[in-house]
Amino acid sequence: MNATASTSRRILPGFGLSLGFTLTYLGLIVLLPLSAAFLKTAGLTWDEFWTTITAPRVLASYRLSFGASLAAGALNAFFGLLVAWVLVRYPFPGRKLVNALVDLPFALPTAVAGIALTAVYAENGWLGGLLRPLGVKVAFNELGVLVALTFIGLPFVVRTLQPVLEELEPELEEAAATLGASRWQTLRRVIFPELLPPLLTGFALAFARALGEYGSVVFISGNMPMRTEITPLLIITKLEQYDYRGATALAVVMLVASFALLLLINTLQKWSDWRTRS
Amino acid sequence: MSIEVQNIRKTFGPFTALDNVSLRVPSGRLTALLGPSGSGKTTLLRIMAGLEFADPGSGRIQFHGADVTNTPAGQRGVGFVFQHYALFRHMTVADNIAFGLNVRPRRERPSPAEIRTRVERLLALVQLEGLAHRLPTQLSGGQRQRVALARALAVEPKVLLLDEPFGALDAKVRKELRRWLRRLHEEVHLTTVFVTHDQEEALEIADEVVIMNQARVEQVGTPQAVYDHPATPFVYEFLGNVNRLQLPSRGFAQAEAFDVNGGRFAYVRPHDIELLPVQDGFDGELAQLRTVHTAGSVARVTCTRHHAADEIIEAEVSRQRLTELGLQIGDSVLLRMRRGRVFAEDFAI
Repeated sequence: MNATASTSRRILPGFGLSLGFTLTYLGLIVLLPLSAAFLKTAGLTWDEFWTTITAPRVLASYRLSFGASLAAGALNAFFGLLVAWVLVRYPFPGRKLVNALVDLPFALPTAVAGIALTAVYAENGWLGGLLRPLGVKVAFNELGVLVALTFIGLPFVVRTLQPVLEELEPELEEAAATLGASRWQTLRRVIFPELLPPLLTGFALAFARALGEYGSVVFISGNMPMRTEITPLLIITKLEQYDYRGATALAVVMLVASFALLLLINTLQKWSDWRTRS
Repeated sequence: MSIEVQNIRKTFGPFTALDNVSLRVPSGRLTALLGPSGSGKTTLLRIMAGLEFADPGSGRIQFHGADVTNTPAGQRGVGFVFQHYALFRHMTVADNIAFGLNVRPRRERPSPAEIRTRVERLLALVQLEGLAHRLPTQLSGGQRQRVALARALAVEPKVLLLDEPFGALDAKVRKELRRWLRRLHEEVHLTTVFVTHDQEEALEIADEVVIMNQARVEQVGTPQAVYDHPATPFVYEFLGNVNRLQLPSRGFAQAEAFDVNGGRFAYVRPHDIELLPVQDGFDGELAQLRTVHTAGSVARVTCTRHHAADEIIEAEVSRQRLTELGLQIGDSVLLRMRRGRVFAEDFAI
């Protein structure tokens, strides 16, 4: 076989142009600012860098940021699945309204969300007042961070699951039913495996969004050192003190860690997707 | 296990899918529900399976005398096969087949070893040995449908219901698979009902054909009976090609060839029409030859009647006979009908 025969001719022209554009665009929009963060950090010596990123206050912020984001992602995965299920499966009056409501966290300025959540969950707020006698403190507490991060992440899970749920063949459930499976068995053995890939995608998106969230959290968390400071807040704090290198050092840690986590989740998602679609 | 359907009504909003349908499916036979789309055949099958329920207050479904009208699908002991297979994509072929056994309560569930043996046996039955560990997406359409069939058979159903089982397959595979289904039926002798809109499929493999139209059963009978003695003009037109001749016509030599009930149209199959040359006192319907198709086992010709030029008549003759006649397009020819049927009432079709 000669070389020309094996080169397949493309039907649609413009591959070179569009690939070039894509790479340039991504380079300008994503890679350039990110590499600036790395470059700025390079101004630190290795020791300075290490001291900055392992300061006790910073370590505490990692724990909160990653812990609360993972927890918020998980909460959203669970409740987002419920919301998507209800929206797709049951026609009820006002469904369109509820459906539109899901997108609200996308559109709302995060500071507004933060202020609203703080007002509701503060000890003199509606919910905060109800929870206080139970000894549950939400605002100005780690729990508040979790609430804010859950709020902003919900649409990601719902919107990734909805189209998949809508296209799920009813025959799959009917087949399971004629074979004698109970509703629960059908859900667990037939439907859930189909939903796992989009659920993981939704989880990853909600998690990534939560990790980068700043606006809504700073209002509700109270920003207490060692307790309720998230990493983005520490970055801002360092910037305000003109410690640009310190700020970018934290940014680099966040970047690498979140990239690694997203890569892991994507791999998981690919793997679960391969099993169903290969 | 026989199935008895009594006065079943099913409506979807303003649409009537089944209008007081009664039917008896004999035990151990292969029965085809045949009809055009929208005739209610799939709805009837789904009601038999318990995937759909008849309108409240309408009739009953009985399996071998036992009332199952309100029994959920999982407890009816039916195996159901869907047109688009409905295989579980994340499970291997073996897991798909074993699904119905694996979901049984622990007390009734066979041991893993026994399940494996049963799966092996079913794979052999559907001729898919060695594919146990494949995923459904790695199989062809015909293989997937056989997996679906094995999965339905795994729970040892008392009746097997198939909804357009070959509808999504290409013509050649469809033909192979339906003959295979017929052979399988000879082996297992399970009461089987399958839905199809393909009359050739129904006539070829069914023991009994139920022809449905517009939410009603038009006729029930063996393939031979429904083909040779259609009860209504609809059945005539639906089963194979038929000519509809406005009466009177000189083509019917023997008056006893059909019962004249004073209808206005006669129904004649193309292979019941004879071509004769226009000469020496032959009698018949005078027509003009329009087209000839000889690509096939028989020659198919179309003619227009001399007295009603807008009426096109199709006839099938042997290719040898056509050569003997030496006809050219545009020549006149005499048509003689060997058999035909007139219906007293003319239905709008």
